[in-house]
Amino acid sequence: MKNLISIIGGIIFSFGLAVSGMINPTKVIGFLDLWGDWDYSLAFVMGGALGVNFVLFPFIFKRSPIYSKTFQISLKKDLDLKLIIGSIFFGVGWGMAGICPGPGIVNLSRLDLESVAFVIATLIGMFVHNLYKKSKVK
Amino acid sequence: MSSSIIMPLIGGILIGISSSLMMLLLGRVTGISGILSTSFSTFKQSEQNWRRTFIIGLILGGFLSKLVFPNLFNFEIQSSLRTIIIAGLLVGFGTSLGSGCTSGHGVCGIALLSKRSFIATLTFMLSGVITVAIMRLI
Repeated sequence: MKNLISIIGGIIFSFGLAVSGMINPTKVIGFLDLWGDWDYSLAFVMGGALGVNFVLFPFIFKRSPIYSKTFQISLKKDLDLKLIIGSIFFGVGWGMAGICPGPGIVNLSRLDLESVAFVIATLIGMFVHNLYKKSKVK
Repeated sequence: MSSSIIMPLIGGILIGISSSLMMLLLGRVTGISGILSTSFSTFKQSEQNWRRTFIIGLILGGFLSKLVFPNLFNFEIQSSLRTIIIAGLLVGFGTSLGSGCTSGHGVCGIALLSKRSFIATLTFMLSGVITVAIMRLI
Protein backbone atom coordinates (compact mmCIF):
# COMPACT_ATOMS: atom_id res chain seq x y z
CA MET A 1 0.00 0.00 0.00
CA LYS A 2 2.80 2.43 0.95
CA ASN A 3 4.48 1.81 -2.39
CA LEU A 4 1.27 2.49 -4.29
CA ILE A 5 0.75 5.73 -2.35
CA SER A 6 4.23 7.04 -3.04
CA ILE A 7 4.17 6.11 -6.73
CA ILE A 8 0.87 8.00 -7.13
CA GLY A 9 2.25 10.85 -5.02
CA GLY A 10 5.27 11.00 -7.34
CA ILE A 11 3.12 11.05 -10.46
CA ILE A 12 0.91 13.89 -9.13
CA PHE A 13 4.03 15.84 -8.09
CA SER A 14 5.51 15.30 -11.56
CA PHE A 15 2.39 16.59 -13.32
CA GLY A 16 2.43 19.59 -10.98
CA LEU A 17 6.01 20.44 -11.94
CA ALA A 18 5.31 19.94 -15.66
CA VAL A 19 2.09 22.01 -15.69
CA SER A 20 3.59 24.79 -13.55
CA GLY A 21 6.44 25.53 -15.95
CA MET A 22 9.12 24.71 -13.34
CA ILE A 23 10.61 22.15 -15.74
CA ASN A 24 11.55 24.89 -18.22
CA PRO A 25 15.00 26.24 -17.20
CA THR A 26 14.60 29.44 -19.25
CA LYS A 27 11.42 30.24 -17.33
CA VAL A 28 13.09 29.51 -13.97
CA ILE A 29 16.04 31.75 -14.83
CA GLY A 30 13.52 34.44 -15.86
CA PHE A 31 11.92 34.10 -12.41
CA LEU A 32 15.28 34.59 -10.70
CA ASP A 33 16.17 37.50 -13.01
CA LEU A 34 14.98 40.26 -10.66
CA TRP A 35 17.12 42.93 -12.24
CA GLY A 36 16.33 41.90 -15.80
CA ASP A 37 13.04 41.10 -17.48
CA TRP A 38 11.51 39.55 -14.33
CA ASP A 39 8.93 36.80 -14.95
CA TYR A 40 7.06 36.67 -11.65
CA SER A 41 4.60 33.94 -12.74
CA LEU A 42 6.50 31.06 -11.07
CA ALA A 43 5.95 32.69 -7.67
CA PHE A 44 2.42 31.30 -8.00
CA VAL A 45 3.79 27.73 -8.02
CA MET A 46 5.12 28.12 -4.52
CA GLY A 47 2.07 30.19 -3.61
CA GLY A 48 -0.32 27.46 -4.78
CA ALA A 49 1.62 24.62 -3.16
CA LEU A 50 2.06 26.47 0.14
CA GLY A 51 -1.58 27.54 0.11
CA VAL A 52 -2.76 23.92 -0.10
CA ASN A 53 -0.35 22.78 2.62
CA PHE A 54 -1.17 25.70 4.93
CA VAL A 55 -4.85 24.81 4.72
CA LEU A 56 -4.50 21.02 4.97
CA PHE A 57 -1.55 20.49 7.37
CA PRO A 58 -3.46 21.59 10.52
CA PHE A 59 -6.13 18.95 9.80
CA ILE A 60 -3.53 16.31 8.93
CA PHE A 61 -1.66 16.79 12.23
CA LYS A 62 -4.81 16.24 14.31
CA ARG A 63 -4.22 12.47 14.16
CA SER A 64 -1.46 10.00 13.29
CA PRO A 65 -0.64 9.38 9.64
CA ILE A 66 -2.95 6.74 8.15
CA TYR A 67 -0.26 4.26 7.05
CA SER A 68 2.55 5.13 9.52
CA LYS A 69 2.89 5.18 13.27
CA THR A 70 4.35 8.66 13.47
CA PHE A 71 5.17 11.74 11.45
CA GLN A 72 8.83 11.97 10.51
CA ILE A 73 9.71 15.63 10.64
CA SER A 74 13.06 17.25 11.39
CA LEU A 75 13.08 18.49 14.97
CA LYS A 76 16.10 20.72 14.44
CA LYS A 77 15.34 24.28 15.33
CA ASP A 78 18.68 26.06 15.38
CA LEU A 79 20.28 27.63 12.35
CA ASP A 80 23.74 26.41 11.49
CA LEU A 81 26.45 27.13 8.97
CA LYS A 82 25.75 23.91 7.04
CA LEU A 83 22.18 25.02 6.35
CA ILE A 84 23.30 28.44 5.09
CA ILE A 85 26.34 27.31 3.05
CA GLY A 86 24.43 24.36 1.57
CA SER A 87 21.57 26.65 0.55
CA ILE A 88 24.00 29.14 -1.00
CA PHE A 89 25.60 26.33 -3.07
CA PHE A 90 22.18 25.06 -4.11
CA GLY A 91 21.08 28.56 -5.13
CA VAL A 92 24.20 29.05 -7.27
CA GLY A 93 23.57 25.75 -9.08
CA TRP A 94 19.86 26.53 -9.45
CA GLY A 95 20.60 29.98 -10.89
CA MET A 96 23.29 28.66 -13.26
CA ALA A 97 21.14 26.05 -15.00
CA GLY A 98 17.58 26.91 -13.89
CA ILE A 99 16.97 23.35 -12.73
CA CYS A 100 16.26 22.09 -9.21
CA PRO A 101 16.12 18.38 -8.21
CA GLY A 102 12.39 17.71 -8.92
CA PRO A 103 12.27 19.20 -12.43
CA GLY A 104 15.63 17.55 -13.14
CA ILE A 105 14.05 14.13 -12.61
CA VAL A 106 10.84 15.00 -14.51
CA ASN A 107 12.94 16.16 -17.48
CA LEU A 108 14.50 12.69 -17.82
CA SER A 109 11.50 11.97 -20.08
CA ARG A 110 13.05 14.38 -22.63
CA LEU A 111 15.72 11.71 -23.14
CA ASP A 112 18.34 14.32 -24.02
CA LEU A 113 21.95 14.51 -22.89
CA GLU A 114 21.47 17.71 -20.84
CA SER A 115 18.66 16.28 -18.68
CA VAL A 116 20.46 13.00 -18.01
CA ALA A 117 23.76 14.80 -17.28
CA PHE A 118 22.06 17.08 -14.73
CA VAL A 119 20.60 14.19 -12.72
CA ILE A 120 23.88 12.22 -12.79
CA ALA A 121 25.80 15.33 -11.67
CA THR A 122 23.27 15.90 -8.85
CA LEU A 123 23.71 12.30 -7.66
CA ILE A 124 27.51 12.68 -7.77
CA GLY A 125 27.21 15.92 -5.74
CA MET A 126 25.13 14.06 -3.13
CA PHE A 127 27.59 11.17 -3.10
CA VAL A 128 30.53 13.55 -2.59
CA HIS A 129 28.69 15.13 0.34
CA ASN A 130 28.13 11.69 1.88
CA LEU A 131 31.87 10.92 1.59
CA TYR A 132 32.70 14.31 3.13
CA LYS A 133 30.26 13.65 5.99
CA LYS A 134 31.73 10.19 6.65
CA SER A 135 35.29 11.56 6.65
CA LYS A 136 34.23 14.10 9.28
CA VAL A 137 32.75 11.41 11.54
CA LYS A 138 36.02 9.47 11.51
CA MET B 1 -6.52 36.80 -13.66
CA SER B 2 -3.78 36.73 -16.26
CA SER B 3 -3.49 33.43 -18.12
CA SER B 4 0.27 33.33 -17.50
CA ILE B 5 -0.27 32.67 -13.80
CA ILE B 6 -3.04 30.08 -14.14
CA MET B 7 -0.76 27.20 -15.16
CA PRO B 8 1.82 27.93 -12.41
CA LEU B 9 -1.04 28.13 -9.90
CA ILE B 10 -2.61 24.82 -11.01
CA GLY B 11 0.83 23.17 -11.01
CA GLY B 12 1.53 24.53 -7.54
CA ILE B 13 -1.81 23.24 -6.25
CA LEU B 14 -0.99 19.76 -7.63
CA ILE B 15 2.39 19.88 -5.85
CA GLY B 16 0.60 20.91 -2.65
CA ILE B 17 -1.93 18.08 -3.02
CA SER B 18 0.88 15.55 -3.53
CA SER B 19 2.86 16.72 -0.49
CA SER B 20 -0.27 16.91 1.70
CA LEU B 21 -1.25 13.37 0.63
CA MET B 22 2.23 12.07 1.50
CA MET B 23 1.99 13.76 4.90
CA LEU B 24 -1.56 12.48 5.58
CA LEU B 25 -0.94 8.89 4.46
CA LEU B 26 2.76 8.25 5.18
CA GLY B 27 3.63 11.07 7.57
CA ARG B 28 6.65 12.01 5.48
CA VAL B 29 8.01 15.31 4.13
CA THR B 30 8.04 15.44 0.32
CA GLY B 31 11.52 16.85 -0.20
CA ILE B 32 12.86 15.65 -3.53
CA SER B 33 16.56 16.14 -2.75
CA GLY B 34 16.26 14.32 0.57
CA ILE B 35 14.24 11.49 -0.95
CA LEU B 36 16.77 11.15 -3.77
CA SER B 37 19.90 11.24 -1.61
CA THR B 38 18.64 8.79 1.01
CA SER B 39 16.97 6.34 -1.38
CA PHE B 40 20.39 4.87 -2.15
CA SER B 41 21.99 5.09 1.29
CA THR B 42 22.11 2.27 3.80
CA PHE B 43 18.81 2.82 5.49
CA LYS B 44 16.11 0.56 6.86
CA GLN B 45 14.48 -1.31 3.98
CA SER B 46 11.00 0.05 4.80
CA GLU B 47 12.32 3.60 4.74
CA GLN B 48 14.00 3.08 1.39
CA ASN B 49 11.03 1.51 -0.37
CA TRP B 50 8.64 4.47 -0.35
CA ARG B 51 11.50 6.78 -1.40
CA ARG B 52 12.45 4.62 -4.35
CA THR B 53 8.85 4.22 -5.48
CA PHE B 54 8.31 7.98 -5.15
CA ILE B 55 11.29 8.59 -7.45
CA ILE B 56 9.92 5.99 -9.89
CA GLY B 57 6.57 7.83 -9.71
CA LEU B 58 8.32 11.12 -10.54
CA ILE B 59 10.09 9.59 -13.55
CA LEU B 60 6.92 7.82 -14.69
CA GLY B 61 4.96 11.07 -14.22
CA GLY B 62 7.51 12.81 -16.46
CA PHE B 63 6.83 10.38 -19.29
CA LEU B 64 3.04 10.46 -18.69
CA SER B 65 2.83 14.26 -18.61
CA LYS B 66 4.95 14.42 -21.76
CA LEU B 67 2.54 11.98 -23.40
CA VAL B 68 -0.57 13.93 -22.32
CA PHE B 69 0.81 17.47 -22.71
CA PRO B 70 3.72 17.23 -25.19
CA ASN B 71 3.81 21.02 -25.65
CA LEU B 72 4.81 21.51 -21.99
CA PHE B 73 8.11 19.85 -22.85
CA ASN B 74 8.58 21.91 -25.98
CA PHE B 75 11.50 24.06 -24.81
CA GLU B 76 15.24 24.23 -25.32
CA ILE B 77 17.75 23.77 -22.51
CA GLN B 78 20.00 26.69 -23.37
CA SER B 79 22.90 26.17 -20.95
CA SER B 80 26.05 24.44 -22.14
CA LEU B 81 26.68 20.88 -21.00
CA ARG B 82 29.60 22.12 -18.88
CA THR B 83 27.37 24.63 -17.07
CA ILE B 84 24.74 21.94 -16.49
CA ILE B 85 27.24 19.52 -14.98
CA ILE B 86 28.75 22.14 -12.65
CA ALA B 87 25.22 23.26 -11.69
CA GLY B 88 24.13 19.66 -11.01
CA LEU B 89 27.15 19.04 -8.77
CA LEU B 90 26.41 22.22 -6.79
CA VAL B 91 22.71 21.33 -6.51
CA GLY B 92 23.51 17.81 -5.29
CA PHE B 93 26.18 18.86 -2.78
CA GLY B 94 24.31 21.99 -1.65
CA THR B 95 20.94 20.32 -1.04
CA SER B 96 22.62 17.51 0.93
CA LEU B 97 24.64 19.93 3.08
CA GLY B 98 21.66 22.27 3.54
CA SER B 99 19.20 19.38 4.11
CA GLY B 100 16.72 20.38 1.42
CA CYS B 101 15.67 22.08 -1.78
CA THR B 102 12.72 23.99 -3.20
CA SER B 103 10.26 21.22 -2.27
CA GLY B 104 11.49 20.15 1.18
CA HIS B 105 12.30 23.61 2.57
CA GLY B 106 10.20 25.81 0.29
CA VAL B 107 6.94 23.88 0.03
CA CYS B 108 6.84 21.63 3.12
CA GLY B 109 9.18 23.26 5.64
CA ILE B 110 7.61 26.71 5.40
CA ALA B 111 4.13 25.16 5.72
CA LEU B 112 5.44 23.46 8.89
CA LEU B 113 6.48 26.94 10.08
CA SER B 114 10.11 25.81 10.38
CA LYS B 115 12.51 28.68 10.94
CA ARG B 116 15.33 26.66 9.35
CA SER B 117 13.31 26.10 6.18
CA PHE B 118 12.29 29.73 6.01
CA ILE B 119 15.91 30.89 6.24
CA ALA B 120 17.10 28.19 3.80
CA THR B 121 14.47 29.22 1.23
CA LEU B 122 15.38 32.90 1.55
CA THR B 123 19.07 31.98 1.20
CA PHE B 124 18.80 29.85 -1.94
CA MET B 125 16.37 32.29 -3.58
CA LEU B 126 18.74 35.19 -2.90
CA SER B 127 21.76 33.18 -4.02
CA GLY B 128 19.89 32.13 -7.19
CA VAL B 129 18.95 35.74 -7.96
CA ILE B 130 22.55 36.92 -7.46
CA THR B 131 23.84 34.04 -9.62
CA VAL B 132 21.50 34.91 -12.50
CA ALA B 133 22.51 38.58 -12.23
CA ILE B 134 26.21 37.61 -12.41
CA MET B 135 25.60 35.14 -15.27
CA ARG B 136 24.01 38.02 -17.22
CA LEU B 137 27.16 40.10 -16.84
CA ILE B 138 29.50 37.34 -18.00
